[in-house]
Parts: sequence; C-alpha cells; structure tokens
Amino acid sequence: MTVSPTLDKRFREAAAAAGLLDVAYDLAETPVGMLLVATTGRGVCRISYDPQPEREVESLARTFGVRVLRAARPIDPVRHQLDEYFDGKRTEFELPLDLRHQAPFSRDVLKRLARVPYGQVTTYGTLAAEAHRPKAARAVGVVMNRNPVPIVLPCHRVVGASGSLVGYAGGLDRKQLLLELEGSLQRRLDV
Amino acid sequence: MAPVSIPSFESFYEANQDAVLRELRRLLGRDAEDAYQETFLRALRGYGRLRNADNLRAWVLTIARRVAADHYRRREATPEPAEPERDSRPAYAELGDLAEELPRKERAAVVLRYGYDLSYAAIGAALGSSEDAARQAASSGVRRLRRRMQ
Repeated sequence: MTVSPTLDKRFREAAAAAGLLDVAYDLAETPVGMLLVATTGRGVCRISYDPQPEREVESLARTFGVRVLRAARPIDPVRHQLDEYFDGKRTEFELPLDLRHQAPFSRDVLKRLARVPYGQVTTYGTLAAEAHRPKAARAVGVVMNRNPVPIVLPCHRVVGASGSLVGYAGGLDRKQLLLELEGSLQRRLDV
Repeated sequence: MAPVSIPSFESFYEANQDAVLRELRRLLGRDAEDAYQETFLRALRGYGRLRNADNLRAWVLTIARRVAADHYRRREATPEPAEPERDSRPAYAELGDLAEELPRKERAAVVLRYGYDLSYAAIGAALGSSEDAARQAASSGVRRLRRRMQ
C-alpha cells in the first residue's frame, strides 16, 4: 500500500501554506532543461541545473534549515516568470531573492550582476572594477560559477574580455542558448 | 553552523510516509487520511528542534498513534449514528460497545489499549494524564468488565 498522489500533494501544500518550511522546492521544465528551483520565506534561494534533487536538497537543508520539502505552489511565481522569459515576453525578473548566506564580496558582485540588462553582456574584469577590486576578475569568475540563482541573476551575460564565452556552471551550450534568446550573441558576433 | 546530522524533512518524509499511513489505517480505518496530514504537520513542527536522527521511524509512529488517539477521542465526543453493517465493524468498535457502561476514563483506556493497541504512554498523552494513570484505568476497566461478565 502506498500513499496516493492526492494525499501526498495535499500534505505538501498544507505544510507550505502553514509556513512551516525552511525551504520549498520543485522542478521546473524549461528549454535549458529541468531546473530545481528553491525558495525560502525571504525569496528564491537556489536554481540548479542538476536534475538529481537528492544532493541539492541535503545541501539546502544544511544551509537554510532541515525543513525542506518539495511543494509546487510556492514555486509557481518563479515558474511563471521563467516561462515568460523563455517565451521572450519578460526581460527582467521581479522576484525577491534570499542571498543571506553569500559572503559579502559575492553578494556585492551578485547585486551588480543583477543590473546587467537583458540583451547586453559585460566582462569579468568590468564587474571586478565596479566592485572596487579591479584585479579580481578571476574571483568574479568564481562567484559567477557559484551563482546560487542562475538565469534570474544573469551570470550568462558575463563573458571574457576577448568576447569568448569562457565558462558556465550549467555548461557552455546553455550560456549560448540564453544569450541567443536575448539576442546578444548574434549582435556580439557581428561587431 | 553546527554540523547537521538530521536529514532533510523531504528524505525523512519519503522514507516514512508509507509506514505512517499503514499504521493509521490499522488504528483508524477510513479516517486514516485526515490523520496522515495531521501526523506529518505535527512532525514538521517538531522537526527543526530534533537533536539527533536516531529512531526517526519510531518517533513519527509515536506521533501517528497520538493523532489516532485524538481522533478517537473526538469520535467519542460526537457519536456517529448507529452503523447498519455490523459485520464489517472493526474490533475497536465492538470493544466500544462492550465497554459502554464503564466510567468514561476507564472506557477510553480499555478501548485505546485493546482496540487500538496504543502504548500506555500514548494513551496517557491522549487522556491528559500520566502513563501510570492510563495503565491503572485500563486494568481497573478490565477488572470491572470481568466482574460484569461472570
């Protein structure tokens, strides 16, 4: 005998609605693959390209508290805005973020990253200079690589000084696809 | 942050959901599904305060039995109309009839102990008294029944 999907879902949504969770997460299907999206009471805290949830879920439990549960509804606003973004109907995300566990330098860089507009790119060195650490391009690269909320915080818009894509935690194919979607890759190659 | 040995609630929930539903079906029959949600909501309330991950299965089954006892008490408070299909009645219902003339507390203790198989600790918790008081109420209830049947 197993628990029916209806009973299971009813409990998960009730737990989220009662405000008893440290983190709610769910999977979201997108053109760049299945994403794991997680949110706390403060905002979106993780978007992961790793479609194997177990490891990510335990990592969320260690970082934000053990009451982590898969529940669809808390993730719906994110899912909705991602859909709009991938349909080309949204150029800016309007979602609160939970970056409380980021180190000060990372948080500073991520906040500057958030201001890089749709359809444009910047370089690791430029972000480093903006953060008053002009020699820290590599450190900025590390922050991009560990970006807890890719896509929403657009680390795909950060490229090398030569214009090469350099790297992406989700794989270069995805970076290229996101930049093509935003129309910036084509434009950059034309220059 | 202190090292956490407690697994995420998600993995705890997945590992125990079937066992909890099975136990609740055994104790409550058709009311098991309401009690299922209540059990895991109670578990979730306490989960953040757990200090070790030993015996999580036993811990959640204890919660399930308390929830079942509460449901049983509520059922007692609002008796349902007589059921027509006597054949399909579960053991605790028969015991309920048998114990009908006992004082309230003894009756509840007898039914929870012998009809629902709850521990005295769980019965005590359900009746708002101690484990010992629950054991005493059940045994004096049984003695009273025996005397009546002789």
